[in-house]
Amino acid sequence: MAKRPIEPFLWTLFSGGGVLAAFFVPVLLFLLFLAFPLGLLHAPSYDALHSLIAMPLVRLLLFVACSVPLFHWAHRFRYTLDDGLQIKHLNEFVDILCYGGAVVVTLLAALLLWNFS
Amino acid sequence: MRTQAQPATPPYTPYHPRWYRTHVSTYWWMHRWVYFRFVLRELTSFGVAYFCVMTLLYVRALSRGPEVFQAFQSRLASPLFICMTVVALFLALFHTTTWFSLSAHAMVVRVGGKRLPGVLIVMGNYGAWVVVSAILSWLLLR
Repeated sequence: MAKRPIEPFLWTLFSGGGVLAAFFVPVLLFLLFLAFPLGLLHAPSYDALHSLIAMPLVRLLLFVACSVPLFHWAHRFRYTLDDGLQIKHLNEFVDILCYGGAVVVTLLAALLLWNFS
Repeated sequence: MRTQAQPATPPYTPYHPRWYRTHVSTYWWMHRWVYFRFVLRELTSFGVAYFCVMTLLYVRALSRGPEVFQAFQSRLASPLFICMTVVALFLALFHTTTWFSLSAHAMVVRVGGKRLPGVLIVMGNYGAWVVVSAILSWLLLR
């Protein structure tokens, strides 16, 4: 494993994102992207959803739930590529792809949720 | 301290040992079910990433007005998105169950100086998961 001072921080993001994903992802994935579009359950109206997300607390929770798990993904995928495909020599490229991707989507999420109207 | 059997200067050997290195196939994780399950567990993170990106797109569609949101909803109902969501949902459930099993090893909870057995920690996690899922469902279905 590379000796970098940032490593413990990345592991914290990994486990924090893992906890968030374990608790929040299955139910929201099922409701928002399966049950509501297919009409299995009665979906809330556009106005109800809009006013729900207009609440600052909900947006803060959404930001946390959609950003920290991305670093969980980055961490896992990085090690899968390193060990699974044995491409440790491509370390820098893999790191930029994984953590860089997570950082970019996090910034976009902040922008989107901050400007939500 | 030198033993008598050892000569004063070891004889030179023109022999360089070859390092012992076994070759590991790139597809090592396909050789056994437990290895494959390990890689599958790592790949559950794609279900998680899918959720993050799709939820952000959901919010974006919502912020762009009812027409855009309606179009987004019907695109979500297309076979491609339903397939991807079903796969992501399986991965997410696999992540949740493996994460909770792992929590028994990662968390040390002591009650009255005694370590709480792992089964109770796992069960506590499942209980909390049910509560969180119920609250979110209530918020969206009331």
